[in-house]
Amino acid sequence: MTKLLSWARAAAVAAGALAGVASAGPAFAQAAAPIKVGVLHSLSGTMAISETTLKDTMLMLVDDLNKKGGLLGRPVQAVVVDPASDWPLFAEKARELLTQHKVDVVFGNWTSVSRKSVLPVFEELNGLLFYPVQYEGEESSRNVFYTGAAPNQQAIPAVEYLMSRDGGEAKRFVLLGTDYVYPRTTNKILRAFLNSKGIADADIMENYTPFGHSDWQTIVGQVKQFASAGKKTAVVSTINGDANVPFYKELANQGVKATDIPVVAFSVGEEELAGLDTAPLVGHLAAWNYFMSINTAQNKAFISKWHAFIGNTKRVVNDPMEAHYIGFNMWVQAVKQAGTTNVDAVRQAMYGQKFMNLNGQMAVMNTNHHLSKPVLIGEIQANGQFDIVWKTPGVVVGDAWSDFIPESKPLVADWTYPWVCGNCTEPKFKN
Amino acid sequence: MVHAMVTQALGSLARALLLCAALFSGTAYAQAIEAKSIEDLVAILGAGDFTAKIDATQALATTGDPRLVPILQALLDGNLYARKSDHLVVIGKEQGGTLTATDPLAEKVIGQAPVADFERARVNNRLRTVLQTALGALQLAHPDPSRRKASADALFKTPSVEMIEPLRLAIEHEHNGTARRALVRALAATELQFSEKIDAKRAAVVTLAALADPDVRSYLNGRINSIPETANAEQQELKAAMTAAVVQIERRIASWQTFGNVLQGISLGSVLLLAAIGLAITFGVMGVINMAHGEMVMLGAYTTYVVQLAFRQYLPGGLDYALLVAVPAAFAVSGLVGVAIERGIIRWLYGRPLETLLATWGLSLMLQQAVRSFFGPTNMQVTSPSWMSGAVELTGGVVVTYNRIWIAVFALLVFGLLIFIQRRTQFGLQMRAVTQNRRMARSMGIRSGWVDALTFGLGSGIAGMAGVALSQIDNVSPNLGQGYIVDSFMVVVFGGVGNLWGTLVGAFGLGIINKFLEPYAGAVLGKILVLVAIVLFIQWRPRGLFALKGRAVEA
Repeated sequence: MTKLLSWARAAAVAAGALAGVASAGPAFAQAAAPIKVGVLHSLSGTMAISETTLKDTMLMLVDDLNKKGGLLGRPVQAVVVDPASDWPLFAEKARELLTQHKVDVVFGNWTSVSRKSVLPVFEELNGLLFYPVQYEGEESSRNVFYTGAAPNQQAIPAVEYLMSRDGGEAKRFVLLGTDYVYPRTTNKILRAFLNSKGIADADIMENYTPFGHSDWQTIVGQVKQFASAGKKTAVVSTINGDANVPFYKELANQGVKATDIPVVAFSVGEEELAGLDTAPLVGHLAAWNYFMSINTAQNKAFISKWHAFIGNTKRVVNDPMEAHYIGFNMWVQAVKQAGTTNVDAVRQAMYGQKFMNLNGQMAVMNTNHHLSKPVLIGEIQANGQFDIVWKTPGVVVGDAWSDFIPESKPLVADWTYPWVCGNCTEPKFKN
Repeated sequence: MVHAMVTQALGSLARALLLCAALFSGTAYAQAIEAKSIEDLVAILGAGDFTAKIDATQALATTGDPRLVPILQALLDGNLYARKSDHLVVIGKEQGGTLTATDPLAEKVIGQAPVADFERARVNNRLRTVLQTALGALQLAHPDPSRRKASADALFKTPSVEMIEPLRLAIEHEHNGTARRALVRALAATELQFSEKIDAKRAAVVTLAALADPDVRSYLNGRINSIPETANAEQQELKAAMTAAVVQIERRIASWQTFGNVLQGISLGSVLLLAAIGLAITFGVMGVINMAHGEMVMLGAYTTYVVQLAFRQYLPGGLDYALLVAVPAAFAVSGLVGVAIERGIIRWLYGRPLETLLATWGLSLMLQQAVRSFFGPTNMQVTSPSWMSGAVELTGGVVVTYNRIWIAVFALLVFGLLIFIQRRTQFGLQMRAVTQNRRMARSMGIRSGWVDALTFGLGSGIAGMAGVALSQIDNVSPNLGQGYIVDSFMVVVFGGVGNLWGTLVGAFGLGIINKFLEPYAGAVLGKILVLVAIVLFIQWRPRGLFALKGRAVEA
């Protein structure tokens, strides 16, 4: 009977998701119109695996804010839509959020291709998007705040670590990626960076696989062969989504040990490892701005709040969740400071906004719409968590335009006077 | 008695080896040992930074004290802890938040305490390598041959001059073939790098050249790189010998690689076969364009997860055999869902392929979302039983993983079972009769509706069994089935619709072709090329490799 009930509940949830909109009810009885927060994350399709958790994170943050009395004396309401891992649908749903639901801000997107798809909508309707995932950079929009890592906050430090003494002094690199914009751009930056460090093109192997690639025998074999040229070899993985589990299973089964060929990944976190037996993978690395294993009071409080909200103490937390946590709280501070949810006023109030991240360091929103974040390198442990083996001493300012790509090197993103531009070589306003 | 003697002999060998190691150890760490007692060094292992830990490990290794093995092993395995209050270093065993602490040197249990009072000693890859080498030096006389081999392998990776004599001594006493080969390899590498006599170096190159081993190639390449252009004639000659050795090894590896490609192709083929074989029934035999086929596979994988969960709860000891229970369970679950689908939807749509396509596609979305709502969107962890983990390493760097061997065996078993059902059972006969000539079969007294439902159920059930196998190599997520639906149709169409043997040949053919193309064309282009080739092939033979002949075709 209970089984039947839970099925019925599941069906109801499914129906809700299909209908497109589910609302988290505010606890306010009075008539004050709620402030609306749009949540644009895929709840079905390929990306649901990663994005559903972010939707839940947003619901938790909104719930928390309402318990504290809301914002500007008004309740806050989350408006959840499901773009279903369908990139063009992201644009339609973004338009729906901004025009029909008239939300004051949107938190959403995971893949870069979905972000590129909603960008024109946010710019046309002057909306505000908080994007929480590490990405390839080479973009700056007045309407987007990038709370994930730019390449100089993840990819470059990770490769520098591999080349350091502690990282094994790697001299040869394999760049493995899924075939789409994020891995290709990141690897373009990495190749330029490696060349600048004296690594010849002959010592770099690049390989791309389709989304959801599941047969890794040949590629792992090729990596082993590439690694047998007598120079210490490391793998830099921008493999995304579903393909990671079979990739790591193949690595483990073929006995590729982290002490021989370390693999550093940019899209593998606690959530992705949750479906894996990590004992054979101990020592492989990931670079993020946050790990669940961080030992701070803020982090412990965040994890226990998450477990209480989701009702399952086994659920893990990950880097993009922290990005939403920072982004949402900064937005709340900016709204309070501006005294309104008006996009232009809030944007102006966002600059220089400070909020304590879960590492116990101060995150700052810069005028290029990127956060200052610490960079952490973690090694996979047998329990599916990461041990932090290296971190930057302080926080690193996110750089929208990489210095290692010649055409983007001179570009500056600065949305305050006198620049007011996302990709200019000189300020828009001159005296 | 014999055992005791062997142990004794090993013990004395161990002492001799350790003495050797101590005698031959360089003076680099001698001062560190003098300055710090073993206890002090162990304290560093528990609390120092990585560089301090590395120095301490190297200093400890040179003492040759056998008491150190459990400590270093504990650090390597992440079982070494330091108490937060007084930095006392213990070997700990955690269970449910409590730590059972053992004194590292005295090896006796001190007591139990909450794990929160302790800080686990951290390890990075550099320290891990140093630890493995140190353990290698300390465990050359370990009673377990596989540990001796692991020790030799660690010493091969980071050779050090003080290990030449211990390795020689160990080879003299080694009777196990595998361990001996590893020791010889390690000694050759060590001599090549450190021996002062050029003859010994030459001999080492000859020894190494005889191995078809990618690790050796890697090592030799490293040595070649380390000899500068300006080196003397003797060094140049050695360099030439090593270069020739690498060429020799590469040639041998290349021929093994072709064999490896075939094996990988067979393995990919068996995955394709498993994924497609259920479809060969529902689409091939019944002619239903079943877009929800992948979801039947997915349901099978989730059944595996649930069965494992139940085992973990009620029968933790039998977890290794959970898969054996999961196979019939997955067949039952997917089969029943299949029967329900046939009775509920498909039977109204026979002879209307477009409607069937749309209906089953919609169904596949509904099944995915139902599973997502019920189990959650995240990956479910399906563990591999111990008999499916690891790999056999053949010569020439060809690695065949156990899970893939089992999947190939399983695929062939399922295929055999299906052929048996189709050819040798009453149900199989009725199935063929109904699909070939429904009206005639009905007039013979066969309940054709019933046979339809069971046939669809059989195809779905077999897809469920495929899900059990695929849960071992892929994500168990609601999207699992999507990745296989296109491949499955490709195999069935290529092999010849309606012919099970065609599916078999088609799956293995595509698998092997794919694996030969992939190294040259890359995964993305390889897939495109295969697809284009199939389109052209279908133009030439519209009914696939093995077309059905005779009147059955018209049905």
